[in-house]
Amino acid sequence: MAVEVRIPTILRPYTGGEKLVTVSGDSLQAVVADLDANYPGIGERLLDDSGLRRFVNVYLNDEDVRFLSGLATTVSDGDSITILPAVAGG
Amino acid sequence: MLRITRTLVDSLVDHARADHPDEACGVIAGPTGSDRPVRFIPLVNAARSPTFYEFDSADLLALYREMDDRDEEPVVIYHSHTATEAYPSRTDIAYASEPNAHYVLVSTRECGSGDGPFEFRSFRIADGEVREEPVEILEG
Repeated sequence: MAVEVRIPTILRPYTGGEKLVTVSGDSLQAVVADLDANYPGIGERLLDDSGLRRFVNVYLNDEDVRFLSGLATTVSDGDSITILPAVAGG
Repeated sequence: MLRITRTLVDSLVDHARADHPDEACGVIAGPTGSDRPVRFIPLVNAARSPTFYEFDSADLLALYREMDDRDEEPVVIYHSHTATEAYPSRTDIAYASEPNAHYVLVSTRECGSGDGPFEFRSFRIADGEVREEPVEILEG
């Protein structure tokens, strides 16, 4: 399954500056694993021990994966994934 | 240095006053690479809190897609503090994720929702470091 992943500015140092990369995987978990295999270190910026980091938003097409099945969300050929750090603070 | 028009400063402060005592938040987008804030985009504080702000997740996706389509970037990311000074909090620093943006803080602790004095300050936040910068207000 080839999927496009949009990389936010702050993570582009991992992808050599690329804002759009293509990876494979049939679930979000697999996509993140493949991302990390290709761009070592990026996985840690997305995940912590409990799963997706609270202040990282990941969208499958138009939907926040928190409203789907999180890391277990099924990904199909041609889907588009967007990663955006939350804009938040105190 | 942040260069910003008085009209934009007024819009931003008006938003902060209107949402007081909750924190207000939003973006001023500008052409990519220009460092020029142009398009004022007030957003809903999904946390609706006097001590926290967060852009709504769906708004965030729509915002970044729209900026992408228009070849814009978030030149200013702003929010208000309603009981403390206009200086980044620990959480502001921890979650800052746009090293090229000017992080503007407005404090409404004195003026509240009214016309009293406010603080307006601008910062760069990158790699956990905060650097305050001068603000030049342009007439217009």
